Amino acid sequence: MAEIKFEEALKKLEKIVEDLENGDLSLDEALKKYQEGIELSRACSSKLDNAKKKIDVLVKNKKGEFEFKPLNETKSEE
Amino acid sequence: MVESIPDLFSPGEEFKNNRHVFTVSEITREIKTLLEGSFGSIWVEGEVSNFIASSSGHWYFSLKDRVDGVDALLSAAIFSRATKDVKFKLENGLKVICSGKISVYPPHGKYSLIIEKIEPKGIGGLQLALEQLKAKLEKEGLFSVEHKKPIPYLPAKIGVVTSLTGAAIKDILKVLDRRFKDAQIIINPVKVQGEGAKEEIAQAIEDFNCLNQGFSAGEKVEVLIVGRGGGSIEDLWAFNEEIVARAIYNSRIPVISAVGHERDVTIADLVADLRAATPSVAAELVIPRQEDLRQRLEELTTSLKQDFSDAVISFRGQVIDIVHRLQIAADHAWEISANRLGANVKKLSLLNPVVKLDLYQIKLQDLARQIYVRAQHFVSLKDSVFKGMIESLSNLNPLNILSRGYSVTFRLSDGKIIKDSQSVSMGEEIRTKVYQGEITSKVTEVN
Repeated sequence: MAEIKFEEALKKLEKIVEDLENGDLSLDEALKKYQEGIELSRACSSKLDNAKKKIDVLVKNKKGEFEFKPLNETKSEE
Repeated sequence: MVESIPDLFSPGEEFKNNRHVFTVSEITREIKTLLEGSFGSIWVEGEVSNFIASSSGHWYFSLKDRVDGVDALLSAAIFSRATKDVKFKLENGLKVICSGKISVYPPHGKYSLIIEKIEPKGIGGLQLALEQLKAKLEKEGLFSVEHKKPIPYLPAKIGVVTSLTGAAIKDILKVLDRRFKDAQIIINPVKVQGEGAKEEIAQAIEDFNCLNQGFSAGEKVEVLIVGRGGGSIEDLWAFNEEIVARAIYNSRIPVISAVGHERDVTIADLVADLRAATPSVAAELVIPRQEDLRQRLEELTTSLKQDFSDAVISFRGQVIDIVHRLQIAADHAWEISANRLGANVKKLSLLNPVVKLDLYQIKLQDLARQIYVRAQHFVSLKDSVFKGMIESLSNLNPLNILSRGYSVTFRLSDGKIIKDSQSVSMGEEIRTKVYQGEITSKVTEVN
């Protein structure tokens, strides 16, 4: 599975559980959803275990374009 | 009668000797010196009326009151350099305490109070300003609940508008350390107090909205935290400014305000889509606890498994049901087919040539029998006729006649029965048959 955001994965998982609960799926569909759900669950779980913080500072360069700089760099400049 | 009219303008004796005629300028100057010199800096309390903000930036109005049924009025002015320190909006009817100097303006011959400082009476100026702006923005609908946008759950990108060196950012980052870290924090650093703070805050909010236009749907900054740590009401003032309020109102990204402490409610808080009591609380609102998420995930995974297993059980039940129905249907179809087959076999067997042959054979046998019966009948019929004939014949048998005494005579030569005596000649031998035996004779006489 491609890189998916935790929030998105959780939302998808919620949707899948809801779909399964409604119960009007074919067996094939249900199986597919179940497999997808398990994968999402694993992806979420690994995200929970391995989440890293990412902090950027928004700066405008001389041209007036937005740029991101890591927080530490910005602080040392001050 | 016409009375003589006294000449009012002809000087009387008392004026003629000791008169000093002031020029207007002179007397005005003297009044000016007297007034301005004798009062100095003074405090005046009164009610604002006839307020005019001139295009040059100066404000003109009157201060008035009424004591013991007597009205009094004092012209007042605030020059443009002093107006910017006035945080509240001057309005007619407002009771104020002003500090300034009495000044005479010779060209108009008027004296006025030139105000350096002005405070509303009763409450502080900042407080009044706040109330006034609040009333104005409320009337415009900036605080309306309908305009408030929902705060996204688990935003992946969180924009923060605050000072890089303040307490707010430290608190927010501390929360991030404690909680689920899978969010990108983008800080747009601004001054949060002093000259230019309000403009920077408003611009930063606008910047984030601008930045989002360049992002695809999944990359957008989903929520903004706008705020600062605690301070005096003056320190927090930027968050009470109209420009900031409007920037928050116009933001397409939902805004959580987080200004100062719990007790500080700013206009930014009122306009924001959500007010957090402190920056830490703001961060906690959008950065969930890791344990909560883990629990939610476990619940979902359990439901997923349970629901799938339920679905499988339900499908199995359906299959069993269908197989059962299929069996019944098949049995029924078999029965129908079997019946039909039987009927057709019957029909077919009727059409079988062997059966026809049998039928023909039966018919043939029948015909044969009929022929036989008829033949027999015919034969017996003929037989009885024959028997009748035999009987009649026997009646004709000459021997029978002979028995009665008759006889028959034949010519011996040819055996012919002699019926005519003339047919025999003399001497010829004849044989006579009688009942018992024969007699041979010789013709001796013919008559």
